[in-house]
Amino acid sequence: MLKGRFGIHGGQYIPETLMNAVIEVEDYYNRYKEDPEFIKELEELLNSYAGRPSLLYYAEKMTRDLGGAKIYLKREDLNHTGSHKINNVLGQVLLAKRMGKTRVIAETGAGQHGVATATAAALMGMKCEIYMGKEDTDRQALNVYRMELLGARVHSVTSGTQTLKDAVNETMREWTARVEDTHYVLGSVMGPHPFPMIVRDFQSVIGREVKRQMLQKEGRLPDALIACVGGGSNAMGLFYEFIGDPDVRLIGCEAAGYGVDTDKTAATMATGSVGIFHGMKSYFCQDQYGQIAPVYSISAGLDYPGVGPEHANLHDIGRAEYVPVTDDEAVEGFEYLSRTEGIIPAIESAHAVAYARKLAPTMTKDQLLVINLSGRGDKDVAAIARYRGGEIYE
Amino acid sequence: MNKVQKAFANGKAFIPFITAGDPSLEITEELVIRMAEEGADLIELGIPFSDPIAEGLVIQRADERALAGGATTDKIFDMVKRIRQVCSVPLAFMTYMNPIFTYGTERFMKNCRESGIDAIIVPDVPFEEKDELMPYCSNYSVELISLIAPTSQHRIRQIASEAQGFVYCVSSMGVTGVRQEISSDVEEMVKLVKQVKDIPCAIGFGISTPEQAAKMVQFSDGAIVGSAIVKIVEQYGVDCVPYVADYVRRMKKAVKQGV
Repeated sequence: MLKGRFGIHGGQYIPETLMNAVIEVEDYYNRYKEDPEFIKELEELLNSYAGRPSLLYYAEKMTRDLGGAKIYLKREDLNHTGSHKINNVLGQVLLAKRMGKTRVIAETGAGQHGVATATAAALMGMKCEIYMGKEDTDRQALNVYRMELLGARVHSVTSGTQTLKDAVNETMREWTARVEDTHYVLGSVMGPHPFPMIVRDFQSVIGREVKRQMLQKEGRLPDALIACVGGGSNAMGLFYEFIGDPDVRLIGCEAAGYGVDTDKTAATMATGSVGIFHGMKSYFCQDQYGQIAPVYSISAGLDYPGVGPEHANLHDIGRAEYVPVTDDEAVEGFEYLSRTEGIIPAIESAHAVAYARKLAPTMTKDQLLVINLSGRGDKDVAAIARYRGGEIYE
Repeated sequence: MNKVQKAFANGKAFIPFITAGDPSLEITEELVIRMAEEGADLIELGIPFSDPIAEGLVIQRADERALAGGATTDKIFDMVKRIRQVCSVPLAFMTYMNPIFTYGTERFMKNCRESGIDAIIVPDVPFEEKDELMPYCSNYSVELISLIAPTSQHRIRQIASEAQGFVYCVSSMGVTGVRQEISSDVEEMVKLVKQVKDIPCAIGFGISTPEQAAKMVQFSDGAIVGSAIVKIVEQYGVDCVPYVADYVRRMKKAVKQGV
């Protein structure tokens, strides 16, 4: 009876109106995930269209500068559309086509998932509508135009805190109104079953590649993996292949905003408690009455009050560590990687870079550290300039 | 016969919904008492939630007003106790799983029992997850109301067979809110439920006019109205009580006698 559980977390806490829709998604996914033709078509898209496999790059200057572990960057920023989001989107939109859907909808925070969804929809001839919090359409204006250019309609969500959480609310409401012809391309390892499983599976290509590439380059497994965590899709994509390798440390970096001792934070594991929301049992930032807290991060993509249920379980069983990284640290990480390696990371990924700067020097020179560079930072340049007191607007 | 069954014992039922604490808990208390006097057969009280994903804009705004006004689950329980000193109308809470879970599901149901709540409606807990609530509901004799939707199809049989109190038939796709047209499929939904179980069926989502309500009860046991009432509360604020009372009177008449 209990489906999609990760320890106590997960489940399907959604309105009855959506139940047959998620059951249908699960049925089709189970049918096609091992269908050779589907697999071949997806692989072809990932390789020829999205540019996979992505590079595993040895960051030599950063390694030398930090003076500890040997640092590799998994370059998901080099994928088509500029982030890891395309991995999941190509899989889901392909599945939606098999399901006979003609329209896809999606939430987006920073706009990376929205851009990826709009891209896949353009490629596969589907109608596309994207829901994005008003605060995010303001701070990521360029991505809004990008999505429109790709043929999508972007809805600016003005309810609640006007950020990612509210974009998810609105997309769920829209799906409730129109399940017949519409698939909800959920962008992270969250929401009701089967989404945490499907998104993880489509993203797990990241970790599979890292394992293969690391064995080729170093002849052994890495000692630690670092990724940023909002809902947690790039982290789960990297971690999943290594869960059964107990000597590989898995480290998720949460957005601490101004700090975990302030109320301007989005660090769910550090400050949240178990709750049930957005279709899943997991950790959420909330008050004593279960009202979801308004969260904050400089990064629109990590500005979410919950976390995927599989991460919640990895946290409970101690398999993965989750650490908070502040706005200041992330911005410094953003600037550091730009200067040191000539790679401008997404402000989301910069949270992982920031923690690596702390961790690497504590490790020995023969240890291997992989940072998931989940996205590129072009979209953040103007915002970071403003953070530093500049007057640049897109 | 329990209180929920009694709500359907005098012919067709009229079931209004209001959000507790909108515009204040004092007004909510007055509204419940007045709506009961005007013939409401069962009253749904919404415990406001920060992120009500099954609600349209009207009730979303009511939740925001109630939370901004300081309504909390504890204060709402206290209000229910005050209402119960003067009013015995069957009462159901409508809220989301997180406010219940975080409050402590057992403590929540115990307080429902002690304050006088007869049933709960939780739109983000489908059949598959009802064990989250059912054991506690049973322990404290709070009825867990099941919802069925136009998309439920073959699930109706499964849901109806384990339903208690009444079945909440969601008339339309999408979220709560006033609608011009209500799909005729809902009549089929009610028939399917009745084939499985002899249990009252009330129809909600989209109903606002006496004509719509009268039509819905031709093939069901009750009409549920939320957004149309919450709109009156929004329009008149602290002065809303007589306007809501008048509306409930007209709706109740339509449900009992037709229009």
